Amino acid sequence: MNKHVIVIGGGVAGLEVAGQLSNMGIEVSLIEKEPKTGGHLNKWYKLFPDRRNSSEVQSYLARIVHNNRIKLLTNTTIEKFKKGRGHFYVTTNNGEVLNADAVIVATGFDLFKSARKEEYGYGIYDNVITSADLEEKFQKGDIILKNGAVPETIGIIHCVGSRDEKVGNFYCSKLCCVTAVKQAIEIREFLPDSKVFCFYMDMRMGGAFYEELYREAQEKWGVSFIRGKVSEASETIDNKLTIKVEDTLAGRPLKMKLDMLVLMAGMEMSEGGVRVAGIGGLKTGENRFFAAVDNHTGSNRSNIEGIFYAGTCTAPMNITETISHARAAVVEVIDYLKDGK
Amino acid sequence: MASNKNKFGFDISLGRQINYDANNRNIAEYLFDKEPSMRRCIECGGCSATCTTAGFTTFSLRELMILIKRGETDEVYMNLKKCMLCGKCTLVCPRGVNTRNIIVLAKKAFQKSDEYAI
Amino acid sequence: MIIDGKKAVWKDYQKEIADDRYYYVRSCVRQNFFPGSETAFLKIMREELNKDVYEHPCHTSCSGIGYHSDIVPVETTMTVVARQFAIMTEAGYENLMPSCITSFGLYTEILDTWHHFPEVEEKIRKQLKKATGREFDKPKNLAHASDVIFKFRKEIGAKAKYKLINKNTGEPLKVVDHIGCHYAKMFPSKGIGGAEYPYVLSGMIEEWGGQVIDYPERRHCCGFGFRQYLVQANRGFSIACSKEKFESMKPFKPDMIITNCPGCPMFLDRWQYVINEMEGKRYGQNGEGIPVFTYEEVAGLVLGYDPWDLGLQMHQTDCEPVLDKIGIDYSPEDKYNLETVSAFSKSLV
Repeated sequence: MNKHVIVIGGGVAGLEVAGQLSNMGIEVSLIEKEPKTGGHLNKWYKLFPDRRNSSEVQSYLARIVHNNRIKLLTNTTIEKFKKGRGHFYVTTNNGEVLNADAVIVATGFDLFKSARKEEYGYGIYDNVITSADLEEKFQKGDIILKNGAVPETIGIIHCVGSRDEKVGNFYCSKLCCVTAVKQAIEIREFLPDSKVFCFYMDMRMGGAFYEELYREAQEKWGVSFIRGKVSEASETIDNKLTIKVEDTLAGRPLKMKLDMLVLMAGMEMSEGGVRVAGIGGLKTGENRFFAAVDNHTGSNRSNIEGIFYAGTCTAPMNITETISHARAAVVEVIDYLKDGK
Repeated sequence: MASNKNKFGFDISLGRQINYDANNRNIAEYLFDKEPSMRRCIECGGCSATCTTAGFTTFSLRELMILIKRGETDEVYMNLKKCMLCGKCTLVCPRGVNTRNIIVLAKKAFQKSDEYAI
Repeated sequence: MIIDGKKAVWKDYQKEIADDRYYYVRSCVRQNFFPGSETAFLKIMREELNKDVYEHPCHTSCSGIGYHSDIVPVETTMTVVARQFAIMTEAGYENLMPSCITSFGLYTEILDTWHHFPEVEEKIRKQLKKATGREFDKPKNLAHASDVIFKFRKEIGAKAKYKLINKNTGEPLKVVDHIGCHYAKMFPSKGIGGAEYPYVLSGMIEEWGGQVIDYPERRHCCGFGFRQYLVQANRGFSIACSKEKFESMKPFKPDMIITNCPGCPMFLDRWQYVINEMEGKRYGQNGEGIPVFTYEEVAGLVLGYDPWDLGLQMHQTDCEPVLDKIGIDYSPEDKYNLETVSAFSKSLV
């Protein structure tokens, strides 16, 4: 098939789509705004639920990039977009105009900016970090406080920027609960003398083997789970953090001191996605993610014929789901191109 | 401390916050050690829902376990005595927590003060 | 603590504050609690800053104290507030500047309610017209009096006779800022610095030489809560709130507390006496209490006003320790001497 498809976004979804299309003999241009492909995955240490090293999935995706039939455009964003007679004309920030038969949007997600939950003091208190910051610490193998000391008590706050009307996000980001459980276990592995507390609103362990991981965290690693939304954190005179939470199952407010607080930042429509939506006239939903034409039978199709979605630009997804969604997008594109539009 | 009621007409209210750092969790540590299945509890309340005693008194095993875990044990021992050890709670528990043994062990722990002082 | 992080939050919460021509509405309780504060405020505004501040003897309580005590229905409160607006409109003013934090919160809440439910505003307009024959325009600008002092903190700092600095050590005084709950907790966007890290008083403290203390219970309510205090049986809870704050701030060794609400200084001041009576505990240094001030009193001290003119003898927790640290010139024997009061103080009567 002598066709050309543009893929916007070089994260998990974009790479998978590009690789699969390319294998089918379709010419692919992959546009990535960063200098390097791989997206959020590059920053992650291990993956739930089996805690395999993220580098294994990274190298799977990296092999796709080396496929020489893919034209890789890094440090590239989209400035203009035009559709005419079944063709798409995409102008990049480098002034290049690409001409394609179809476009796949795989702009992914941004992590919720945790400083917006002012009451937790991210960026203000020394030892409040995010789930992403913690992954970085895992990669370095250095779980230490700002002053270099080793933390003994670590609190993990679930639902930061998710299920929270105050930041405009009604939805559940779906992955933070299991990330919290994974990270709690990893903290206990790195620091066997530490105590870890997860503060959750609900434990949403919906994926395969998530509940088992939760059970392992309790049983094997002694992680404490306290049901309640932390309302505020403050810094004490001895540079610890004190939090206020209701232990909703005890029916009493609870306060405790912690050395470190980890915020489970939720997922939001990426800023890049918002730009692409604006430039391309693509519809977004109330949750600001791209809105597919049919949630059940057409979750890859956009409101514009010939433009498709892949991955977390449509909703929070884990890697398994992202790759499945990307492959489904490939089927949709092939169908579309085959029909000769 | 003598009440200030006569002088001011009120006392300073005591906090009802669980002060986690100030509490002693020896009983919980003892139970986790002797009956590790307690760690698996997810506070679903199945035990209390089916409990014969809970239907007629304020006894709630779920609540008592959480209070033990937080170190809020002042009234736990008196409450534990209400259990009739029928074993229905163990039968329904979705996490396989040996609830019956927890009650037996907890009573024992509250009684002995040498190894795990209250 | 990463101060740049706080500054970033402060940047997100700027508000527009009118430059001049204010219509000032007094608090119903402050003139009894801390009688020098509002007088000092007017003197600062008119004589130091040369601003036009208009007052009208016919304005009343905003009735917020009744509203928050479950005594006055909200519609009645709205009509009372509408009457304050009418007096402002009749005098040709547009910038409303309440002295009280709860009034400020209530005005903000009412304007917001009217914005979302215009039919309520219409109803209140009709009720006011029927009851008093008055009509009103809504204020163009609504700023609490502490917002206005914040706006002019540099001008006040430039005229300062004293700084919030310990004259013996040269170190800045450690100052706790306590913000009234109704300032920004209901409408964070209406408060300078927002609700979590309010900057309105911190800005004054920094500008006048002090160092702000950020202690864990900084956001905690003083415990006044209107009906919580007003009913004697509930006062145990009210005082426990203040105690929680004192316990939390004590390790930071604060030299003073500065507040912007009518109730907070009252309770943070008086409860220190009661706690000491009940439990023999004091929270300041050298067995003393922690002096509590209104921001107007602090502005007055900085400008070199006489402490007794500012009404500091009305504080139950002695303020002399701070006066001595700053090196303020005052006459101890005249503290309660009504013969020596100045014209300034007489204007209070």
